Amino acid sequence: MKTLKVFGSLIKDAFLEVTHGSRAYHIWMGVLTLIMLFGMYNYSIQLEQGLSATGMTDRVSWGLYISNFTFLVGVAAAAVMLVLPAYVLKNIDFKQAVLIGEGLAVSALLMCLAFVVADMGGPARLWHMIPGIGVFNFPNSMLAWDVIVLNGYLFINITIPLYILIMRYQGKTPNPKIYIPGVFLSVFWAVAIHMVTAFLYQGLQARPFWNNALLGPRFLASAFAAGPALIIIVLAIIRKFTAFKIADETIKKISMIVTVAAQINLIMLISELFKEFYAPTHHSISAVYLFFGLEGKTALLPWIWTSISLNVMATIALTFHKIRNNLNILYVLCGMLFIAIWIEKGFGLIVPGFIPGPWGKISEYTPSFVEISVTLGIWAMGAFIFTILAKTGIAVEMGQLVYKKK
Amino acid sequence: MSETNKKWYSLNLNRSKKSESCGCGSNSGGCNSDKPKDGFDQIMDISMSRRTAFTKITAGLLIGAGAVSSSCSIIGSDESKEKSAMEWEEYFKGNYKLMTDEEKDKSINRLVRSYELNHGKKINISSKNAEENVLFGYAFNISKCQGYMDCVNACVEENNQDRTSEMQYIRIHEMKDGKGFNFEEADDNYYHEVPADGHFYMGTQCFHCDNPPCVEVCPVQATWKEKDGIVVIDYDWCIGCRYCMAACPYDGRRFNWKTPEVPEEEVNKNQHYLGNRLRKKGVMEKCTFCIQRSREGKNPACVEACPTGSRTFGNLLDPNSTIRWILDNKKVFRLKEDLGTEPKFWYYMD
Ligand code: SF4
Ligand code: SF4
Repeated sequence: MKTLKVFGSLIKDAFLEVTHGSRAYHIWMGVLTLIMLFGMYNYSIQLEQGLSATGMTDRVSWGLYISNFTFLVGVAAAAVMLVLPAYVLKNIDFKQAVLIGEGLAVSALLMCLAFVVADMGGPARLWHMIPGIGVFNFPNSMLAWDVIVLNGYLFINITIPLYILIMRYQGKTPNPKIYIPGVFLSVFWAVAIHMVTAFLYQGLQARPFWNNALLGPRFLASAFAAGPALIIIVLAIIRKFTAFKIADETIKKISMIVTVAAQINLIMLISELFKEFYAPTHHSISAVYLFFGLEGKTALLPWIWTSISLNVMATIALTFHKIRNNLNILYVLCGMLFIAIWIEKGFGLIVPGFIPGPWGKISEYTPSFVEISVTLGIWAMGAFIFTILAKTGIAVEMGQLVYKKK
Repeated sequence: MSETNKKWYSLNLNRSKKSESCGCGSNSGGCNSDKPKDGFDQIMDISMSRRTAFTKITAGLLIGAGAVSSSCSIIGSDESKEKSAMEWEEYFKGNYKLMTDEEKDKSINRLVRSYELNHGKKINISSKNAEENVLFGYAFNISKCQGYMDCVNACVEENNQDRTSEMQYIRIHEMKDGKGFNFEEADDNYYHEVPADGHFYMGTQCFHCDNPPCVEVCPVQATWKEKDGIVVIDYDWCIGCRYCMAACPYDGRRFNWKTPEVPEEEVNKNQHYLGNRLRKKGVMEKCTFCIQRSREGKNPACVEACPTGSRTFGNLLDPNSTIRWILDNKKVFRLKEDLGTEPKFWYYMD
């Protein structure tokens, strides 16, 4: 009962907290709301017309939505990998980063779910998936696995920070015996959501481009580069706009993670390219399309080469301590890496899986206006949720929000 | 069925367990047979009654909120009341393969009635189950096909496919002589007089794989293999995720990106629940070997329409069928056999 009361009061205080802020904050939230409304309007068009409002066709049947979904699963998983050193290894440095990381994980997961729903042909029939009243094709379908692990992960990542925040809110110290097992679980779970999402594609013998044993590990490596890179950028922004103290040391430590992951990712990329182009088989044809285009169809070329050059430049630069330790350069490098991996894990992974089609037909895919707007709307939703979570979290951590016993 | 009396040659992929059940087609749980229920079915039974509760609760909530205004408004005509009541029940009905015969009949009555209300015409929807000792297969004679595409048109008419987006289940690939089966260079969208000089033709469609990857991946079991080997989709259960489309190595599936349109006078009113009944937007569909015809002992529309006799359809378990004669006497092959999907669609040449 008491916990409930505390929780109610936390919600109330949090509401007050997020509705008050500087002018920049209000503008930021206002812009996000506008983009969200715009996205919702376009989604209503898509609901009305069906998925023909998107650029997808029978030939390329997954597009921008599933690309973003795939990428964001990575971000969600990687954000939590920062939790481990902070809570378990008693590494004080990471402490502040962790709350931000968990907030990022929650918002990324909600975005993932939103992208999946946006991609459905019959969102009204989604109840067919609810175990108990629908029919769940478990364990055969990897999509069923994915639904389970994503929702489980969401649950874990909401409960742990909530527990910690509620304790802090009351001015108590969270009991490690309660949350440490949860933290361990969430770290294993983070690897699981990754592998399962990779298996979703990897398990399809119909698409040689995905049916590749390296897909899962590469997912992990690229996510551990992109996720923490995003955290660094977010921390930099928070540091600039709030009174929340984040030590240089913290950011530098996270940049170590980014660097190592980016290096591993690059090695795997080279291994993949070697396999596809040293002894090309018929199965390499999607890779040929992706990197060089086929029969004059070259829609993905500018994207993938931007991605690869950003990726290589950022990784090489990050490798040198001198460059990496200059924070302003680090932020730029993290931004480059993030964009590079967004292209590579999104567009660069999903679309070429369908091109050429099973009978060699090459028809390209361009997202439609509606699709892009909905995508932007969902990203705005993610940023909106994250801002709310982060603002509350920071206020509690800094002791501005405290439970007043009446 | 044991390896020794299997009706066709297949690759040894160490799938012994799966190929055991090949012949009866029950490995994907697709057959509503009379065999005793296993644990899985029992769980599903429970879920059906749970769904009833769910329906009632949701209905209660919505009526409370006044959301189903048309079904309880005084102004609405009897017909519109009936319509929305039926829509309501249709929305909450279960997966076809788990329905009892009684539930199937009820659902079909609703579908027929709502078509009558909307269009003033009667349609006939069958729910005929697979027969014992039947396993359908298909053979295609590459030497004979001239690319007339009569099969394609017959298929569209028979199966009520969307006319505006020109959805077609069958693709005819025009290949150059001397290049072998080169699908990359083939043209599956030609508009010229056939047979074109120096070309030969080859048709593809859903191959009704015996080990169908599309069935494995569906998160809600909206698609499955029936006992007679036909891979079907429950159009009302499909949530439109298109995972099966990504999993099909043969480009066998088509998606309704928009509401399909068939002019009223062209609607084929002789329908099957799992076959050519009218679809809605956002669901998957594909060739069903014309289940509404084949289960009545007729040939699929494409076989009937082909002027050259390139297409043969029949029961693989019947030793006297033409399809068996072809498998036994011709040098048959299947496409992408290395994937282990075991298509029940063979090609051969004279
Ligand atoms: S051809 Fe494709 S759609 Fe048809 S059964 Fe095989 S995998 Fe499924
Ligand atoms: S599109 Fe429909 S049939 Fe295909 S996998 Fe999704 S729910 Fe199943």
